[in-house]
Amino acid sequence: MRRLLYLLPLALFLVIAGYFAATLRSGRDPQALPSAMIDKPMPAIDLAALDNGARVTSSSFAGQVVLINFFASWCVPCREEQPLLLRLKTENTVPVIGIAYKDKPQDTQRFLTQLGDPFQRIGLDQEGQLALNFGVYGVPETYVIGKDGRIRYRQISVITPEIWEETILPLIKKLAAS
Amino acid sequence: MIIEIGHFALILALLVAAVQSTIPLMGAARREAGMMAVGKTAAITQFVLIALAFATLVHAYVTSDFSVINVVDNSHSDKPLLYKITGVWGNHEGSMVLWVFMLALCGAAVAVFGANLPPPLKARVLAVQGMIGVGFLLFILLTSNPFQRVLPAPADGQGLNPILQDPGLAFHPPFLYLGYVGFSVSFSFAVAALIEGRVDAAWGRWVRPWALFSWCALAIGIAMGSWWAYYTLGWGGWWYWDPVENASFMPWLVGTALIHSAIVVEKRDALKSWTILLAILTFSLSLVGTFLVRSGVLTSVHAFAVDPARGTFILLLLLVVIGGSLTLYAWRAPALKAGGLFAPISREGALVLNNLLLTTGAATVFVGTLYPLFLDAVGGPKLSVGFPFFNRSFVPLMVPMLIAVAVGPLMAWKRGDLGGAMQRLWAALVVVIIGVVGALVVTEGSYVLALLGIGLAAWVAIAALLEWTERVRLFRTTLADSLRRALHLPRSAYGMTIAHIGLAITVAGISASAFETERIEIVAPGHDIAIGGYVLRLNGVGKVQGANFTADDAKIVVTHDGKDVGEMHPERRFFPLQQQTTSETAIRTNFFSDLYVALGDPDGRGGWTLRVYLKPLVPWIWLGAVIMAGGGIVSLSDRRWRVGAATRAKGAHALGIAPGE
Repeated sequence: MRRLLYLLPLALFLVIAGYFAATLRSGRDPQALPSAMIDKPMPAIDLAALDNGARVTSSSFAGQVVLINFFASWCVPCREEQPLLLRLKTENTVPVIGIAYKDKPQDTQRFLTQLGDPFQRIGLDQEGQLALNFGVYGVPETYVIGKDGRIRYRQISVITPEIWEETILPLIKKLAAS
Repeated sequence: MIIEIGHFALILALLVAAVQSTIPLMGAARREAGMMAVGKTAAITQFVLIALAFATLVHAYVTSDFSVINVVDNSHSDKPLLYKITGVWGNHEGSMVLWVFMLALCGAAVAVFGANLPPPLKARVLAVQGMIGVGFLLFILLTSNPFQRVLPAPADGQGLNPILQDPGLAFHPPFLYLGYVGFSVSFSFAVAALIEGRVDAAWGRWVRPWALFSWCALAIGIAMGSWWAYYTLGWGGWWYWDPVENASFMPWLVGTALIHSAIVVEKRDALKSWTILLAILTFSLSLVGTFLVRSGVLTSVHAFAVDPARGTFILLLLLVVIGGSLTLYAWRAPALKAGGLFAPISREGALVLNNLLLTTGAATVFVGTLYPLFLDAVGGPKLSVGFPFFNRSFVPLMVPMLIAVAVGPLMAWKRGDLGGAMQRLWAALVVVIIGVVGALVVTEGSYVLALLGIGLAAWVAIAALLEWTERVRLFRTTLADSLRRALHLPRSAYGMTIAHIGLAITVAGISASAFETERIEIVAPGHDIAIGGYVLRLNGVGKVQGANFTADDAKIVVTHDGKDVGEMHPERRFFPLQQQTTSETAIRTNFFSDLYVALGDPDGRGGWTLRVYLKPLVPWIWLGAVIMAGGGIVSLSDRRWRVGAATRAKGAHALGIAPGE
């Protein structure tokens, strides 16, 4: 019995090594995260709103092209994409629905007061349940939703100006025209 | 020609390492002095050869030899000399050469300074060091050769990532590697002890300084990385729980456990197989830290280029080194003779508690780093683990640890007296409780966690000082006697006091981050931004030309309560070669708080985004880490580590001074 205890570290290590091997053999590029949700209908949204108003639901923006942006006040890169999102709002390019991910409402409010509020509505996902349904990998993460309510694109991490100009903006134009 | 010499030297080093890992081992088994002595010669030769290889690579960088692919990819003739040199380890291949260079340095140090080691133990330790060397030299030569030529040679290089062109980051990897690699020595000692089937107090005395040294280097390396993130990234954050940060933090946590449990081996001849396991785990985590990010298993902002061939090789290497040592452990450790017994409430018991909390802490960080990817691999739901996870799992584990840090040193070996220890600490307890409750009332309960954190820090610091007064019997004997005792207290006792105070300072700095204030505004030249009594006036933003960048340089005049404090110059640097912008923040510190200014984007109408933070106690985070490392170094200077320490230690006993810890 005592001997088995001494085998425990080795057994644990072999499990972890097996997992590493599986990850390597799968040949997936860790930089390109899988996007199983593309072209699938987006999960239903029904969240309390930051402004204590009507609940944020997916039906409230059905039939429109929208961006869904998962963000958090504790997320440093989120601050980086805030100016771009603010520009979308002032130029009225596309409505952005903000989902405050695992964040206290007062922290979210403070974040938006400091950096500006680029969102049409803000839903509170304090438990991260919606993020789980979407398959969010980390914040910031942004989804482009077509008029038919299907997920058409997933941007992991910050939307850089290049990605915006070269990928997302053309896609939004195409989706809006269809 | 020179670069080929380097390549050749590295191949020779591999052959020497192969000799080093076999002959001394056989010699130790057959008790043949001649074969065991090969270890020393081989370790020194291996070091000289790798030093030569490293020097040729540095030479290629300094002279901008663009016929070498590695130089082309990572250097540029316009780069300042400092960054030409540091560029050597700013990439995967070069950093691997630095890694084996340090490994060979450690091996040679054992060979040279280990004159008083029993020859078989020394031979086996050097053999294990040689085996690690073989693995990594093979890895470099087969998959990551930095000496490859390119023909025809391009006219100029592609430059180093601008983010890496910073003094903080330039010296962060060498310290980190020194820490990682230094733990290879305690690993080799652990494996050698398993082969011999014998661990005694002398073994503990040998392992501890090496672990202590590596621990100090790692602490400095981590602190530098965190400080760099703080002043460069421009958001005032200093720790992001990024996989690479976690990878350096885990060996540090387990290493902290190791330096404490090695004390028990040395003083009490107990906890032997646990200490061996910790020595194996610390180095294993160091390997995981160095290599996981290079293997393609994990993603991170710090990741080097990913290559599947490398990934497979790394995995095999980890399997051999970690799997091999753990197999040896499972086989031999049960046979180790158990040492001195002790009651649960005792110095040993407190150190066991400290070990359990630290390793559990490391395990949580490990899970937090790998779990999301693990779930992903088995097709489960994708989870995101960020600050919320670590704040809820790791931080609560550190609370009992901090409470115990204060109590442990006051307990006696074998059988301690918790009541007695608390009696000596009651003053600290009362002061801390009154302080925290008072502050809670004043702030109307809005900073509960931060105040608790600062209270814990004060508890640790006061207890560390009380423990010292206890040792010198301050006020309980004559002042002259106290002074005599203070002078004769071993350095390792001072090391502990200093390190524990350093820990308290870091904890206070971390806790106080809840009190920071920030202002992010668009400011036009001539306008002000006010924060916590400071008024910052933006006088204008000029252009500055650097060696390989152009910068927007903001001139900000700072006043505090109407008095002129000085000027601050946050910059935004643009590197045309890489089309990349970096921010150079401006920080004014008085060691009690930082005024932190970062220059953001222009709004196109003459205004500039300014991010201003007032961060109380934030410098203490790194100050504390440096003090912790300083405590380690003071402890390292303790006379009993030095040659012939055993005989002199006997003299100290005769004087009636307990060898302290």
